[in-house]
Amino acid sequence: MNVTGGGALSAAGGWSRGLSTFFYRRPNQYVLLLLVPPLLWFGTVYLGSLFSLLLQSFYSINDFTAEIVREPTLATYKQLLTQPAHVDIILRTMTMAIAVTVACSLIGFPVAYYMARYATPRMKTFFYIAVLLPMWTSYLVKVYAWRLILAKSGMLTWLLDTIGLGRALDAALATPVIGGPTLASSYIGMFIVFVYMWLPYMILPIHAALERVPRSLIQASADLGAKPGQTFRNVILPLAFPGVAAGSVFTFSLTLGDYIIPGVVGAPGYFIGMMVYQQQGLAGNIPLAAAFSVVPIVIIAIYLTIVKRFGAFDAL
Amino acid sequence: MHSSYDRPSLLHRAAAVGGLVFMHFPVLIIVLYAFTTEDRTYQFPPPGLTLHWFTDAFTRSDIWSALGLSLGVAACATFAALVLGSLASLGLARSRFWGKEAITLALILPIALPGIITGISLLAALKLANVELGFWTIVLGHATFCLVIVYNNVIARLRRIPRSLTEASMDLGADGLQTLRYVLLPQLASALLAGGMLAFALSFDEIIVTLFTAGHQKTLPIWIYDQLFRPRERPLTNVVAVMVILITMLPIIAAYRLTRSSEERS
Repeated sequence: MNVTGGGALSAAGGWSRGLSTFFYRRPNQYVLLLLVPPLLWFGTVYLGSLFSLLLQSFYSINDFTAEIVREPTLATYKQLLTQPAHVDIILRTMTMAIAVTVACSLIGFPVAYYMARYATPRMKTFFYIAVLLPMWTSYLVKVYAWRLILAKSGMLTWLLDTIGLGRALDAALATPVIGGPTLASSYIGMFIVFVYMWLPYMILPIHAALERVPRSLIQASADLGAKPGQTFRNVILPLAFPGVAAGSVFTFSLTLGDYIIPGVVGAPGYFIGMMVYQQQGLAGNIPLAAAFSVVPIVIIAIYLTIVKRFGAFDAL
Repeated sequence: MHSSYDRPSLLHRAAAVGGLVFMHFPVLIIVLYAFTTEDRTYQFPPPGLTLHWFTDAFTRSDIWSALGLSLGVAACATFAALVLGSLASLGLARSRFWGKEAITLALILPIALPGIITGISLLAALKLANVELGFWTIVLGHATFCLVIVYNNVIARLRRIPRSLTEASMDLGADGLQTLRYVLLPQLASALLAGGMLAFALSFDEIIVTLFTAGHQKTLPIWIYDQLFRPRERPLTNVVAVMVILITMLPIIAAYRLTRSSEERS
């Protein structure tokens, strides 16, 4: 009993040992063996789907039967780029993405700068968690919270009325284009929600970039006679810029692709994401939805190449 | 060390604190609203407080089944992501071969591109293949981005484990399985656990991809989403929102502690 058991064990050990030696000598086969399952999955499910999306953007839809014609054509792209309504949607989405990116960097920079330079180690941990927590809180719950806050009798209106700024709010809502009947149905409201949602994505990369600025550099600048403002402008800001660029990739891309926020909070104008969702759903026009979703991919690709020049990827 | 030069201005301090307050008060508002006695408008401040809605939500079968579905999907997606993500990171951590750059780039695409792209492309592919949408198509979509989360966590850890450790184990006579069991896995355990928890939390409250791949299934986020557009059960929605915050927050805090404590040790 014992002997056979021991024999089996050593035989198994020998077999397993042999296999280990085999793969140690041939690292390529070992890597291949490890990578085949995940890449097979990823390649078919994700890249395969992406490819099919791209393919279907070259299909078109028959206007009379509403059936998808599976023949390659540029008709859908022509429809996308020549109909004024569609061009409006693309421009509107891009304007919002730019505005949100600028606002996020303006609000995020002081927070990141404070974290990186002034906070004690204890405070740093506190700040870090304080930035991470809202980032990981359920996306939908946060959108819903803003719906409550921006509602007509909601918290923000109450707050502004209490501190006597109710008039200012009314004036802001009376502004053409960005205003609306209530905060919850205006571009101002939508803008606030977008800025709130993506702010942590901006703070973290700026913080990472600022953490890497050596303290000696700032001291050297001061020793050489620079005033704090000059040091900030000429030393810190250029070094922090890759972080801002990296953060802007997130805020930009997230705004371009979102379709829930413009639906829940905001004015009646359409955004790219809503168009994609609606075209595939109610209209069943997958080719147009596909063509619309190629727009953010192209914009982000262009944006990435620009931002790469600013060293954004070193800051990630 | 701290000179007066190193002190923030009052304005800067206010901006930093203001930024933090801006990031946190909406979640507090949700919690407050879950207790309000007002059930028709979003009146602030709430006229009174009650626990009534929690007991109400407790008896609702649609909430329970949505919760069950979300937990089931998250469990399956996390499992698939753990297996595939750790295989991918083990394969890519130390190897060098032609096309590796392309693979690592492709692996971050699901989180670099907006979620809607993942959603619409999966849907386009599934429709092309005539697959019926349901539980497994939700899992399929979630596993894709959960895989990336696990992969990122595990590969970050692998980079910090010296190669000599596995070689020493083999030199001392351990075979591949023993090395995996006694050397590699203990080192990776907390990274796997943290990655798995983040993946679970991410899958549990995912909505952007899910809306495309769910068909007629209702996950908990889809239940909330429906309420956003046809608000019938306002007080209950607040309670469900608090529930979602709790269920996602706990694994995330655990994951944070796990990755932190191991970083401090190394």
